[in-house]
Amino acid sequence: MKRRTLLGATAALAALATGAFAQDKPLKVGFVYVGPVGDGGWTYEHDQARLKLIEHFGDKVETVFQENVPEGADAERVMTQMALSGAKLIFSTSFGYMDPTINVAAKFPDVKFEHATGYKTADNVGVYSARFYEGRAIQGHIAGKMTKTNKVGYIASFPIPEVIRGINSAFIHAKKANPDVQFNVIWAYTWFDPAKEADAAKALIEQGNDVILQHTDSTAPQAAAQAAGDVITFGQASDMAEYAPKPRVSSIIDNWAPYYIARTQAVLDGTWESDNTWDGIGAGMVGIGDITDAVPADVKEEALALKDSIADGSYHPFTGPLKKQDGSDWLAEGETADDGTLAGMNFYVEGLTGEIPN
Amino acid sequence: MIRLEKRPEPSRFWTAATPILAVVLTMIAGGIMFALLGKDPVAAIRTIFWDPLFDPQFAAYSRPQLLVKAGPLILIATGLALGFRAGVWNIGAEGQYIIGAICGAAVGLAFYPMESWIIFPLMVLAGALGGWAWAMIPGVLRTRFNTNEILVSLLLVYVAEQLLASMALGALRNPEGGGFPGSRNLQQYPSAANLELIPGTGMHWGVVAAFIAVIFAYVLLNRHMTGFHIRLAGQSPRAARFAGVNPTRLILLCLGISGALAGAAGLFEVSGPAGQISIDFNVGYGFTAIIVAFLGRLHPVGILLAGLLMALTYIGGELAQFMLGLPSASIQAFQGMLLFFLLAVDVLTNYRFRIGKGAIT
Repeated sequence: MKRRTLLGATAALAALATGAFAQDKPLKVGFVYVGPVGDGGWTYEHDQARLKLIEHFGDKVETVFQENVPEGADAERVMTQMALSGAKLIFSTSFGYMDPTINVAAKFPDVKFEHATGYKTADNVGVYSARFYEGRAIQGHIAGKMTKTNKVGYIASFPIPEVIRGINSAFIHAKKANPDVQFNVIWAYTWFDPAKEADAAKALIEQGNDVILQHTDSTAPQAAAQAAGDVITFGQASDMAEYAPKPRVSSIIDNWAPYYIARTQAVLDGTWESDNTWDGIGAGMVGIGDITDAVPADVKEEALALKDSIADGSYHPFTGPLKKQDGSDWLAEGETADDGTLAGMNFYVEGLTGEIPN
Repeated sequence: MIRLEKRPEPSRFWTAATPILAVVLTMIAGGIMFALLGKDPVAAIRTIFWDPLFDPQFAAYSRPQLLVKAGPLILIATGLALGFRAGVWNIGAEGQYIIGAICGAAVGLAFYPMESWIIFPLMVLAGALGGWAWAMIPGVLRTRFNTNEILVSLLLVYVAEQLLASMALGALRNPEGGGFPGSRNLQQYPSAANLELIPGTGMHWGVVAAFIAVIFAYVLLNRHMTGFHIRLAGQSPRAARFAGVNPTRLILLCLGISGALAGAAGLFEVSGPAGQISIDFNVGYGFTAIIVAFLGRLHPVGILLAGLLMALTYIGGELAQFMLGLPSASIQAFQGMLLFFLLAVDVLTNYRFRIGKGAIT
């Protein structure tokens, strides 16, 4: 609390110094969340970023948020009411808010909107997402090295490009580390449902998968792996460090705070413009949680080297030669995937079994 | 000693008064809950019940939104109430709502991008038929094999949800959507769009249909033989049988009407406020409508008022969440209290308190 007050005071002083004190009222920033702030995953990290935003700007900003907002008509109403209440910048943090965000933005041209993981933009709507597949490459490498049964279980949420990209990236790097590895994918059709996720994890473990990757947000798979014993997992969206050092051996962490702070600053400065941001490990939007001692030192070293090469841009997780699942050519030797293909990815790479449901 | 004595017949006064008493008790208990959460209870209650209607900043937008939110609730609840009165328990309106939306949207999307006035009426028809057909599954199973329609209709909700996901990802997916789930947005397809009839009022065809359904149900129950049979079957199944009521027909009729209305509600929602078939298109209207039906005492006019009240707690609840920082779970608990208190004070309708020792019965 003290720290926050101190920061607030510094921010206020800084504002005075730069003469940006013309606004007598703080900038109201709204956040629309699809889950509860206590989900421990996706929404939790967005809310952590909101708290960091307050910490950074102090009383120059005021934040409001609403959790558990269903995608569709309800989201449209929530955003409209936020805009009516005086919010000048609204972050809508789920893919399903795409059309509602565009609709509300059309009604409030002087309010800026930032929509997460979508693709529709407008003069006052920017989109942003993270290159989670970069983190998946590192997970895949560790998974390939660590599995004893050569079976890796993957709890997927919905068959959308974002999730398929993650499966492909993890598989490519697991296969490089261990040519015999197999992936078993279960589609949970949910982003957050602890009971379903636990069931999926248990089923995968019973089938002999000793590494569980998840693209769902709860810690239920971690708990299931812990109960089963010799199984490793990775934190998803947030660090899930309470399950370290085992089963959770590392994690992909969403780090939205730098982006939220930058965009809020842009609104304060009057320099905000619609953008399409897709940042990864290099920009700090995707964080890799501490790799625990449950991972052998050499594997950890390789994983960190992989992380560094992705961060500095010297390596792209989708580098040819790569074929699609049906055996057709995708990327030639040394060729890297373009963002357009990645954004709409709807196919498996060669070696993955099973079909993408539709 | 205080004891309960059964009234010879339900009290007319308490039938009307219990919903109001339940609302008052909910406000008190909810206020205590908000106070325990460290929020000003008066401000919270005012934000929920007053601001959406009269706050100068929000009311102009929120008031029409009441109709948008209440429309599907009233439409579904009216159909459910007919069945509930007859002792036919359709708990799966949520599933019928989903199937109605899928069927209706599929018809609309099949015509895309042709423009014609006939498309929207066809969609409504397909939506209602879809809901009807989905409700016929528990209906036929019940009348043929005597299965429990509560269980069957409820479980079919989860089947419908899976179908919805597969439609959003497969057959109905927007071919220009870049591989993302979800159908085309029907709001942007004029012939299929269920837009506001008068801009700024929130009135769309679904709201109109809800009002028509209320009138229709009122007339049916009070002026029509079928309505009499429905009431009789609920109050005394044996007497109904002696009066020549065909139970099979009645069950199929009640499930059919409630399914068709739920299906139509789904169509009006998907072509209007929601705009598209998406994986989680359904947000629980079918379940909330059960609360609305009982809050409205299974009476069409009561349901109309109860639907509006329920919509108010949703919209006011949203306002309270971001204006006062209340957690969304507390709003859900608040809505839950409403049903809880309603059921609790319902005892006053059928029983009266007696003080002192009474005759042993």
